[in-house]
Amino acid sequence: MAAVEERTDSAVREHILDNGLRVLIQEVHTAPLATVWAWYRVGSKDEGPGMTGVSHWVEHMNFRGSTNIPREKVKGIIEQFGGYWNGYTWIDQTTYTETATRDALDHMLFIEAERMGSCLYDPEDCEAERTIIISELQGGENDPDTLLDQELTATAFRAHPYRHPTIGWLPDLQTMTRDDLYGHYRRFYVPNNATLVIVGDIDANAAMRDVVKRFGSIPARDVGRRPTTKEPGQLGERRVTVSRRGTTAYLKIAHHAPAGDDPEFVPMLVLDAVLTGAKGVNLWASFRTPPPQRSARLYQALVNTGLASGIGGSIVPTSEPFVYTISATATEGTPLERLEEAAVAALDRVAREGVTPPELTKAKTQLRARLVFENDSITNIAHQLGYFATVGRWQDFHALPGRIEAVTLEQVAQVAAKRLSPMNRTIGWFEPADE
Amino acid sequence: MSAASTAIPRGLAPTRHVLDNGLTVLSKHTPVTPAVTINASIRAGAAYDPPECPGLAHFLSKTIDRGTAARTADQIAEALDSRGVSLATAVTRQVLSLTCTCLTEDFEAILAQLADIIIQPVFPDAEVESRRGEVITLIRQDEDNPAPVAVDGLMEALYGNGHPYGRRLRGTVEAVERIDSAALRAFHQARVRPASVSVAVVGDVDPQRAADAAARVFGNWKSAPAQPLDITVPASSAERRTRVIPMMNKAQADIAYGFLAIARDDPAYYAYWLMNHIMGQYSMGGRLGDSIRERQGMAYYVYSSLDQSPVPGPLMVRAGVSAANVSRTVASIDEELTSLAADGPTEQELLESKQYLIGSMPRTLETNAGIAAFLQSAEFFGLGLDYDVRVPALLQAVTRDEVHAAARRAVDPARATIVVAGPYDGTLE
Repeated sequence: MAAVEERTDSAVREHILDNGLRVLIQEVHTAPLATVWAWYRVGSKDEGPGMTGVSHWVEHMNFRGSTNIPREKVKGIIEQFGGYWNGYTWIDQTTYTETATRDALDHMLFIEAERMGSCLYDPEDCEAERTIIISELQGGENDPDTLLDQELTATAFRAHPYRHPTIGWLPDLQTMTRDDLYGHYRRFYVPNNATLVIVGDIDANAAMRDVVKRFGSIPARDVGRRPTTKEPGQLGERRVTVSRRGTTAYLKIAHHAPAGDDPEFVPMLVLDAVLTGAKGVNLWASFRTPPPQRSARLYQALVNTGLASGIGGSIVPTSEPFVYTISATATEGTPLERLEEAAVAALDRVAREGVTPPELTKAKTQLRARLVFENDSITNIAHQLGYFATVGRWQDFHALPGRIEAVTLEQVAQVAAKRLSPMNRTIGWFEPADE
Repeated sequence: MSAASTAIPRGLAPTRHVLDNGLTVLSKHTPVTPAVTINASIRAGAAYDPPECPGLAHFLSKTIDRGTAARTADQIAEALDSRGVSLATAVTRQVLSLTCTCLTEDFEAILAQLADIIIQPVFPDAEVESRRGEVITLIRQDEDNPAPVAVDGLMEALYGNGHPYGRRLRGTVEAVERIDSAALRAFHQARVRPASVSVAVVGDVDPQRAADAAARVFGNWKSAPAQPLDITVPASSAERRTRVIPMMNKAQADIAYGFLAIARDDPAYYAYWLMNHIMGQYSMGGRLGDSIRERQGMAYYVYSSLDQSPVPGPLMVRAGVSAANVSRTVASIDEELTSLAADGPTEQELLESKQYLIGSMPRTLETNAGIAAFLQSAEFFGLGLDYDVRVPALLQAVTRDEVHAAARRAVDPARATIVVAGPYDGTLE
């Protein structure tokens, strides 16, 4: 057996193969299903100038055939088991998933081993994906909210590669070559840069044997030096205005936020729950159901007063400090100045006074409930193990309920005062232009 | 207490329980997490909007939980938020639904709150005013978004302006500006009746506990059944119709290309289901995805969809493409549809789609929310408590000839209706 390390904590079994592949397996026997997630520590933060969007494009290419899965055979392998497959790329990670009936497990492992070791990068397929991704980018730009979010993030970061959008800048997408893609793929798709998660109605020992058979011979390789830029301190409030024809005005306020492993992260989650309602921490699932937010401070201050038609807050664990973003959609006829004034007043107040004991209790209850609700499928359980393993340690996910419970009023007041200050703030407007 | 209670002992085996007042309770015990999903479905969707007041059902969905005879809006917000519960309200053509997930320990309290919201909302004037601003903003956002503009344009062309399926679901700003508390109360009084409501309870609660709790909070609600809605079905178009809605401020154009198809209770529905799956669903968007996305690289999304509907619903092809590729995409859709109608699917395609749809049932039924949605759909269309175990045989029984016949009847490009919205002001063939 090539597994050199095995630790047991809760229901999760962890193995690290000789080639460095981290394997996490959890048996869950509630439905006759199995899920696999293959995670790579590569995202848009690992991209330099001229190469923005390469990680996401590589993700697209990795669905287009490999040495032992010809292009035309890609579809059908999982579908014959009624299965679902997908993938996503974000700032820290690229991930691929299949969920199907449990008898498909070895097929899923086969696909992921092929994806790690031997994708083809046919030049014609690279060109087809170039235009597909440009279509994806332009579809996103049809949405003023997406456009504003992109500009806001680029303004909040001066130096750190979190500044560019995961999909990339259009000129880079127009000029990158097949060799750029293939080079990025070969560099980062190695077992020592990956975590494989298996959850479901499976036998953990048998699954581990299958993993060794499929992945054991893929060699490890050094991924080399990554960008190490730290974002320099901000010197004052920043602003950006996007002005395009449209019907609706949008406001976004970003504050530099703690990374996932920072002790300030969990108090920040609690603070967000008080301001906009608890979302939980599952990038795959949390944002699909609305948060409990009617009694949240910003909902009361902006929606109940008729200034905004909706509000939201976004904070998720990241490997380096990202941003906490608050969004509001102005109701028709409401000037952005007024919406901003009311939002900033609410933020200033919480920065000055902290939150109340009943608010803290409610926020903790909401977060606890969301964590239960988000563990409702093997796909979600496996996502969380792999996500946390990629941005930090998977054990951090299991530690979360205890860390939430332990948050004090003082901690929330401290992060509010420190993080929500104007010196840490970037304000974005989408202002519909007349013509 | 219970007029009828039935349990089917195989597969999902949900329990169905009808209270004396006609309200239906569907339940399924799944002890996986200490949580329960409650999904209340009310036959009060946008199709029931009075013709002069499009958007009334949608407005009701935005205001129904903003104050009741027993509790203020703030009290309801606090009761839900303090338990980590968010109540999602949604409107389709047919139903208004209220859905939430709570911890098992909160089940009775949350169900009581939901019943209060459904039975006795009061629509306070101040809440109606602030929700009006929200609804108008939503309509303005839709008007600036090529996807809903194209889809609304297609629905209007297929069913006719003013038809319950041809109107915009969220209505018009002009109509929304006229809606007041009295209009909402009248609509609620006319449409939200016990016999129009079905409540699905799925999670760590056994069927008896679900039925008892539902009887306690809904049992005393008495009201005669609502008047049924008679929806006329327009004739299918005999010719090809095209419409371009230029939105030159946008980055990408949306294409909505469709037909009137088939009602859910038509025996040929299963052949249409498979035909649509082969045409625009299987793997990355079926034949359409193979051509327009994978081979030609023109679109990030291209697919087709077939609505389940009590009257012939739309069969719709959708794609988002650059302005330069609009004509080529429409020509490619024409080509794929022509070929499917002429030759039908291959045996291999039919086999693959059957395998996929049958094999995906355990995934569909994995989560509480998934089961609740499935139960509500089966209840609405009268598919029976054993529908999940009957699906495989229903799909297996469909022959290649039946799918071919469905394609011949449903997808003739010479009778297609095509709407394009986005940065495109050219013409369409």
